[in-house]
Amino acid sequence: PAVPPRYRRERTLTLRSSSSALYNNLTVLCPPARPPRAFGAVHGTTLTLLGSEGPPRQLPARGGGSALSTPLLTQAAWCQLPARVLLVLTSQRGVQMYEADGSTLVFWHALDVPEHPAAHSVFARGISSAGKHFICVGTSSGAVLVFDIPPKGTNVTLSEVLEQHRDPITDIAAEQGQAPDGAGDLVTADDSGTLCLWGTGEEFTLLGKIPGSGCTCSSVTLWNGIVAAGYGNGQIRLWEAGTGQLRAQVSAHARWVYALDLAPLTGKLLSGAEDSFVHVWKLSRNPDTDDVEIQHCHAECVTDTQVCGARFCDPAGDTFAVTGYDLSEILCY
Amino acid sequence: MSARTLPLLFLNLGGEMLYILDQRLRAQSIPGEKARKDEWTDVDRKRVMNDIISTMFNKKFMEELFKPQELYSKKALRTVYDRLAHASIMRLNQASMDKLYDLMTMAFKYQVLLCPRPRDILLVTFNHLDAIKDFVYESPAILNQVDETFRQLIETYTCLSDGEFQLIRQTLLIFFQDMHIRVSIFLKDKVQNSNGRFVLPISGPVPWGTEVPGLIRIFNHKGVEVKRTEFTTAGNYVTPQREGSFELYGDRALKLGTNMYSVSRPVETHMAGSSKNVASHAKNITPNPLAKEELNFLARLMGGLDIQKPAGGETGFRLNLFTTDEEEEHAAQTRPEELSYKVINIEATQERREELSRILGEMEVAEPRPDSAGKGEDLLALMDEL
Repeated sequence: PAVPPRYRRERTLTLRSSSSALYNNLTVLCPPARPPRAFGAVHGTTLTLLGSEGPPRQLPARGGGSALSTPLLTQAAWCQLPARVLLVLTSQRGVQMYEADGSTLVFWHALDVPEHPAAHSVFARGISSAGKHFICVGTSSGAVLVFDIPPKGTNVTLSEVLEQHRDPITDIAAEQGQAPDGAGDLVTADDSGTLCLWGTGEEFTLLGKIPGSGCTCSSVTLWNGIVAAGYGNGQIRLWEAGTGQLRAQVSAHARWVYALDLAPLTGKLLSGAEDSFVHVWKLSRNPDTDDVEIQHCHAECVTDTQVCGARFCDPAGDTFAVTGYDLSEILCY
Repeated sequence: MSARTLPLLFLNLGGEMLYILDQRLRAQSIPGEKARKDEWTDVDRKRVMNDIISTMFNKKFMEELFKPQELYSKKALRTVYDRLAHASIMRLNQASMDKLYDLMTMAFKYQVLLCPRPRDILLVTFNHLDAIKDFVYESPAILNQVDETFRQLIETYTCLSDGEFQLIRQTLLIFFQDMHIRVSIFLKDKVQNSNGRFVLPISGPVPWGTEVPGLIRIFNHKGVEVKRTEFTTAGNYVTPQREGSFELYGDRALKLGTNMYSVSRPVETHMAGSSKNVASHAKNITPNPLAKEELNFLARLMGGLDIQKPAGGETGFRLNLFTTDEEEEHAAQTRPEELSYKVINIEATQERREELSRILGEMEVAEPRPDSAGKGEDLLALMDEL
């Protein structure tokens, strides 16, 4: 087999503030048509946006009021739908949706927050586009909110609430390739490691459930019917979306996995963890046996940094970017 | 974010504070017979440690602490430690108190960062409590108080999932974000770089429950393993020997949270070269010195702190966290603006007085105290002095 291409550190983008230790704490907007790219990373109560045009911007979490302090953000992600791109922020108070450049607030959904803090924290976490015109957001109760997004304007509606998870949602991912029949095109993951497979549409259908074993699944991707999931014990597992069967298990990291990303043109998988490592893997399917294969391609060690975000910057996976806790930079490879 | 973070934050920071105070008191103590009236003795040291620990583990105080609530600002928390440090005959100048707080926070930040599993933060807490029990082993009443808190920790935390512990850890890391104060003992041990960032080793034992990285296993559609391959990286990991104990007594198996100070290893900090990020972070904090909720929190918490004023003609003994008085003076003058904690001036407004009186009224007085008649006024007076 050919030697996989090597990556090298290319450039470093300076952020005004450092990144917080949150799962999947990097979002990248890489429109295929335009060269300019945009990056977003969460720092406590604000989202820092960095683009090639204009100065960096900061978007705050909403819903402070007379409360102790501005609420903390948990995640931010650009959601690319056929009609439009929205920037979604999740926090302890609710869900904020903006136009892609962060300029206009399109929609705000407030979570039911009790007046006095209860033992179980309340927050939204886990963001993904789904189907042709939906955005799904997870919550700490395990419920997944399905929002119907109009092609233009602010008339976003809450279309459905999916209640299959009993633990806080960690991540949600949509099928980035071609889903085989019956495999579903959306996967949701939670703190207990439980994965749910869904078919999207006017009504979402639960197609399968992979029970967790108590080990948190912090990050998940879905490609050609293969679920790639990253876990708190450092493992990456590949599941067959259609059958729920475990197809591969990788002892990938020495600490909690914080981020996974997939490059749909090549099946490259990127993983980042608290152990300071970022790995690039190659997923494929053996055409004869139909076995799922995973091969290690490349490792980067971000010295003295706990990686909290990692994303490919192009659909083939030739470039990627990384954020780390307390790091005021985005590292590009 | 996690409403269960405060007890762990408070107890671990408190534990570090006690390690540092104990070390400084030992370093500055004079044998009893030779001591002048204004010098520390071993008896004084034990008394200070006992006073602070029994105040910290006060039942009412612990009750307030364990209530589910959001984390408060560094400023608000610092006020509580200020009170605690002055719970006895010991006095600290502003500069020494600042340095104490710096050391406490950087030490716990280090411990949180390097915890192999999020759940191990509980083992770190137990390490601190084990050591605190050692400080007061001669006083059964105080020992009892600490054991009570130990039991409450076990009851509250051992049933939490890994995911919930990670949320606690993430909440703590947000609290400590952008703090890069350089600590001498960390620099010497090479656990901290000269830029203030901690060294994260890529070798050593993996956390309990994690496998050493390197193995890829492939399964066919029937679930049968059909292939094994390996990959290598720069890391050099080994399997761990044993898991730490989460019981009241036991081998914690973790060094984090144990006392790293001794008389021969002095405590120092360097303040030079504070990073730009600290400044920008400070700007994000609300412009009001303390939000209304923080004042309420402090009133509730302080209501449970039963501070003994020095009796009769005893004057407070001053403890210096620096090697000389001149050094302390210099540190006070040269502390960078953005790192100032700006100790709060709590105005005992009418609203506050009523609330405090109510809390004090609810408090059960276990034993009669000599100055119990003026207790309410004493506490308010102490608050006014801040």
